[in-house]
Amino acid sequence: MTDISTTPSSSIGSAGSALMKKRNRRQTALQGLGLAAISFAALMLFILIASLVSSGYKAFTQTHIQLEVFVDPEEISVERLPRGGFDDVLLASLQDYFPDVEGRADLRKLENILSNGAQFRLRDRVVENPDIIGQTITVKVPTSDDYDQLAKGLVNRESPEDQRKLANRQIGWFETLEEAGVITQPINWALITNADSRFPELAGLKGALVGSFWALLVCFLISFPLGIGSAIYLEEFAPKNKWSDLIEVNINNLAAVPSVVFGLLALAVFLGWFGMPRSAPLVGGMTLALMTMPTIIIATRAALKAVPPSIREAALGVGASKHQVVFGHVLPLAMPGVLTGTIIGLAQALGETAPLLLIGMNAFITSAPDTPLDSATALPTQIFIWADSPERGFVSRTSAAILVLLTFLVTMNAVAIYLRSKFERKW
Amino acid sequence: MYDAPNPSESKVNQNTFKFTARNVQVYYGDTHAIKDVDVDIEDRTVTAFIGPSGCGKSTFLRCLNRMNDTIDICKVKGEILLDGEDIYDARVDPVQLRAKVGMVFQKPNPFPKSIYDNVAYGPRIHGMARNKADLDQIVENALRRGAIWDEVKDRLDAPGTGLSGGQQQRLCIARAVATQPEVLLMDEPCSALDPIATAQVEELIDELRQSYSVVIVTHSMQQAARVSQKTAFFHLGNLVEFGETGQIFTNPEDPRTESYITGRIG
Repeated sequence: MTDISTTPSSSIGSAGSALMKKRNRRQTALQGLGLAAISFAALMLFILIASLVSSGYKAFTQTHIQLEVFVDPEEISVERLPRGGFDDVLLASLQDYFPDVEGRADLRKLENILSNGAQFRLRDRVVENPDIIGQTITVKVPTSDDYDQLAKGLVNRESPEDQRKLANRQIGWFETLEEAGVITQPINWALITNADSRFPELAGLKGALVGSFWALLVCFLISFPLGIGSAIYLEEFAPKNKWSDLIEVNINNLAAVPSVVFGLLALAVFLGWFGMPRSAPLVGGMTLALMTMPTIIIATRAALKAVPPSIREAALGVGASKHQVVFGHVLPLAMPGVLTGTIIGLAQALGETAPLLLIGMNAFITSAPDTPLDSATALPTQIFIWADSPERGFVSRTSAAILVLLTFLVTMNAVAIYLRSKFERKW
Repeated sequence: MYDAPNPSESKVNQNTFKFTARNVQVYYGDTHAIKDVDVDIEDRTVTAFIGPSGCGKSTFLRCLNRMNDTIDICKVKGEILLDGEDIYDARVDPVQLRAKVGMVFQKPNPFPKSIYDNVAYGPRIHGMARNKADLDQIVENALRRGAIWDEVKDRLDAPGTGLSGGQQQRLCIARAVATQPEVLLMDEPCSALDPIATAQVEELIDELRQSYSVVIVTHSMQQAARVSQKTAFFHLGNLVEFGETGQIFTNPEDPRTESYITGRIG
């Protein structure tokens, strides 16, 4: 026994050593290549997220200014509401800090510290509670984008004055306000509670979020039942002949059609022939459903195929009809796969931009849609609009919107993975 | 041809044929899988189909409850009568037929449901129980028939897939008898089981013979010899020899049968 244990080990080591070395080298090289590929992908992902976060995180706060405002009854009266000199009242309170600023042009510049929406915020408060007319109240309003950029350190104060939007004097004003302690940078809830706006400091994603929600809901309601129904028919009931082969090939082709083509189809059919409303999430959802359906069909068919034939045989063997086998046994067992496929299809639809551009869901709309028939944007088209806007404030907001979109996508995929692992069965 | 077994040798002959098959041909596409098979299967008898792999014994078994219908390219010709009625007649509903001709498969295949629901499924879809108490009784009887009642009576809500292999197969037998079939087809029911579980299932088959006609496909000649009264030897799609089990194993007429049982082909 001792002989056996010593001699062969040396012979194993020597006999195949050249071959072994070559084989080991090859294996190491393959593993190294794989590792390198993964590392590269991870690095790229890291760079993407890092660049989005570094430019986007500033959009999650917004510079505000806190003012003591005397709601002057001469400017604002109950009778004229909701009209009134709200901007003048705000300017007057701002002027308290800068008594030396005079002249129309300078006063206008001073007023520009405040966001264009500041007067509407004051108006809403007065309309809500007219009793405050004649009192001095504290209001907290967003600053305009230029000063927001300044507060966030995105303006180079050392650069020549004529290359900046803000002159030294204006920066001086802002520094005075900062020293007075009225400048704050709270979390920018407006990013999700406001709809789009021309002014970056007021622009938010509410319209896009609601629009995407309606579009996805419509997309799900159409593509899920139709997709599962077609998949069940094709997989379980359809006779296998050249017609079903043709349909199968076409469904696979449909899944590979570029999304912009679906957009053109929707433009021609839904908007052109049926005269459905432009920019509506209903149409967006229908267009996205065209794209999601092949994904759901393919995923459902794969899930149905993966149900072991022994379960079908078991059910058939006790006298279940085809229909009872499919709906009582096969489909419930395939459901985790079906749901995973559906969620991944919907996640794709959520990020789809091109077809929505073609049906006008990139319109400039400043209120969230109340119904799927109202004009709206969707998250990816909102990103498209903002990325296209020249104001500096939209740069960080674009990144922030992308982060919001990615959060939704990651969440949906996580749900899909969770469902798959939770309901995965061992046979 | 074989319908008059020697009365002196037959101890279990009830003189009634459950299945009568004549000139059965089965084609898988272009392949002629079963050629010209004539066989008579007696009631309350265990009939074993033996033969080398690919000889068509499972295919023929699956003709008896029209399981082959689910395979598109499979065509069955000839005549198979169950109690004198042609089961391939257009008026026969294969679903009803399968309730009458139960089947147990090679690999235990309980539904991923509770033990109770596994057994109750057949009676439920065939509307055999009027109420819950009725169904409980049917399930209990079936599980007793399957010789597994004592092992599972306290955990009927546990998943059927959690049982051991042998228990799963007995559960599948219980599921098959729950619809009160007249014939029980078994396609290599012990091939995935260990020897102890095999012995339990074989014992069970012997008991089931009191109430049903049992047709069993097996790879094991010892098993055929142990459990069956009649044996059919298939080779290359032909039914080579059919007769009393004792005679097939001790004194086969056909040289091919002899070669197979002595281990020279197969």
